[in-house]
Amino acid sequence: MSLTLSDIGRIANLARLELPPAQAERMLTQLNGFFDIVEQMKTVDTTGVEPLAHPTAVIDPVTLRLRPDVASEPDNREANQRSAPAVERGLFLVPKVIE
Amino acid sequence: MSTPEIHQMGVAELAAAIADQKTSAVEAAQALLARAKQHQHLGAYLAFNEDATLAQARAADARIAAGERGPLLGVPLAHKDIFVTQDFPSTAGSQMLAGYQSPFDATVVTKLAAAGAVTLGKLNCDEFAMGGSNENSAYGVARNPWDTDRVPGGSSGGSAVAVAARLAPAVTGTDTGGSIRQPASFCNVTGIKPTYGRCSRYGMIAFASSLDQAGPMARSAADCATLLTAMAGPDIDRDSTSLDRPAEHYSRLLGIPREGASAAQPLKGLRIGLPKEFFGEGCAPDVIAAVRAALSEYEKLGASLVDISLPRTELSIPVYYIIAPAEASSNLSRFDGVKFGHRAAQYDDLIDLYKKSRSEGFGPEVQRRIMIGTYVLSHGYYDAYYLKAQQIRRLIAQDFQQAFTQCDVIAGPAAPTTAWKIGEKGDDPVANYLADIFTLPASLAGLPGMSVPAGFGAGGLQGSGAGIAKPMPVGLQLIGNYFQEAALLQTAHALQQATDWHLKTPEGY
Repeated sequence: MSLTLSDIGRIANLARLELPPAQAERMLTQLNGFFDIVEQMKTVDTTGVEPLAHPTAVIDPVTLRLRPDVASEPDNREANQRSAPAVERGLFLVPKVIE
Repeated sequence: MSTPEIHQMGVAELAAAIADQKTSAVEAAQALLARAKQHQHLGAYLAFNEDATLAQARAADARIAAGERGPLLGVPLAHKDIFVTQDFPSTAGSQMLAGYQSPFDATVVTKLAAAGAVTLGKLNCDEFAMGGSNENSAYGVARNPWDTDRVPGGSSGGSAVAVAARLAPAVTGTDTGGSIRQPASFCNVTGIKPTYGRCSRYGMIAFASSLDQAGPMARSAADCATLLTAMAGPDIDRDSTSLDRPAEHYSRLLGIPREGASAAQPLKGLRIGLPKEFFGEGCAPDVIAAVRAALSEYEKLGASLVDISLPRTELSIPVYYIIAPAEASSNLSRFDGVKFGHRAAQYDDLIDLYKKSRSEGFGPEVQRRIMIGTYVLSHGYYDAYYLKAQQIRRLIAQDFQQAFTQCDVIAGPAAPTTAWKIGEKGDDPVANYLADIFTLPASLAGLPGMSVPAGFGAGGLQGSGAGIAKPMPVGLQLIGNYFQEAALLQTAHALQQATDWHLKTPEGY
């Protein structure tokens, strides 16, 4: 399997990245180089093997907790928006989305 | 007390000097800040805030004056710039977060502050902790004090440099695929990555959530144990993957002979497993020689060496480099140029704003991993890549459990070579990924792992340049079973009682 330039364009769009042509070419070469070493995964028989998400689950079942659905943090809007690129009256500004 | 004396002290000595009021937290912080600023050419620190540091130091001195004592009270430390901090900018080594001011502190930062530690500043790292050389930082390379033409390793490169060059007695790091153990190995530093879930990930800027784990780096296993005791513990409401196990005192076994052993042979009965895959052609001869010398010290201490196999070691590279980028692509989708972080100056519409902001804000390695992750999670490919990788991940974790029926601890090199020259591996992702082979298996399995100084390699041999080869540090990797950090630190401490590799300092520091 080999990726093509049009795959790179499709993936970049999904990832919301913009790759100029020269960079897309280099990305293609590098990703294909990487997927060459991924090929060896195919040789492993994983029939019936449960995927492992939380590593210690290999010895002990791990249940991801849910905390009670109550507000735990105080209103801290000013501090939370301090590093926002564009804010007005407590709202995040984005370019016009709906005409 | 004079400056040289302060920077030469490790955590335990400095805490004792402060407790005995031979020096103060303020004096120690001032001395180390001055020293760190003098050595900015090493690229270890990304940010200082002298007012905040001194305010913390004065608060520690007030606690001491009130009669309080503690193993970290008044001790200056520095944090990898992956932990968010209110008092210092938090950048993750990325242009995306240039100047970012967090509204809160990471749990690890809060816990160390509660223990009375004083923050000196924030430490350089590969962008979003993606890399093994610190060359992926948007703020410049960090330099290995053993040879400033060489990398310090990464991603906790600035952390390793700060400890090795005596710019802080101890620091925090994070380890996703080896980012504590490998730079510790390259810089003659002791570091431990605890079991996944021991330290809260709250406020650790996320890279790969099922792998990321915080840990300390210091000059000795004993100092690491002191820091880990303060850093770790359940954080039930703020990190859903935090282990619900009581906090531990990780120093409790230090210097204590194993059950049935004697003071002369404190590790009698300890079986050290040597995976044959770690000692093959893929490892440089000078590294193997140093590791073997350290292992023979362990035999003198009463341990026995057992040959074992971790048959899927090589597979850990593709498995890790599928899982970690997949999780990264998801975690890094939050950087959209809207809520925080970099926003492009020019854009046509919202989608264009996202694309331009992200392409300008992320460096090349981060973009590569986002691309890999996006692809392997995309429709039609999930089963073949991400799911398959997680299945093999279980097999790798099971291999370790099989190995631990034959041994108590696993040992081998932390990295296949000593530190390479800055620029040597260039921008070839595969060459960089292959260098992680010995740290990835324990990361995938979520096991605790350490790197412990084990002498020096030939140096230069791995590099291309001529000139005088400087001997470069080699790290012995020790891997324990889940939750065995205290025993792992005991094992490392026993070596450090018998040898002085960990005390070696680069010339001029």
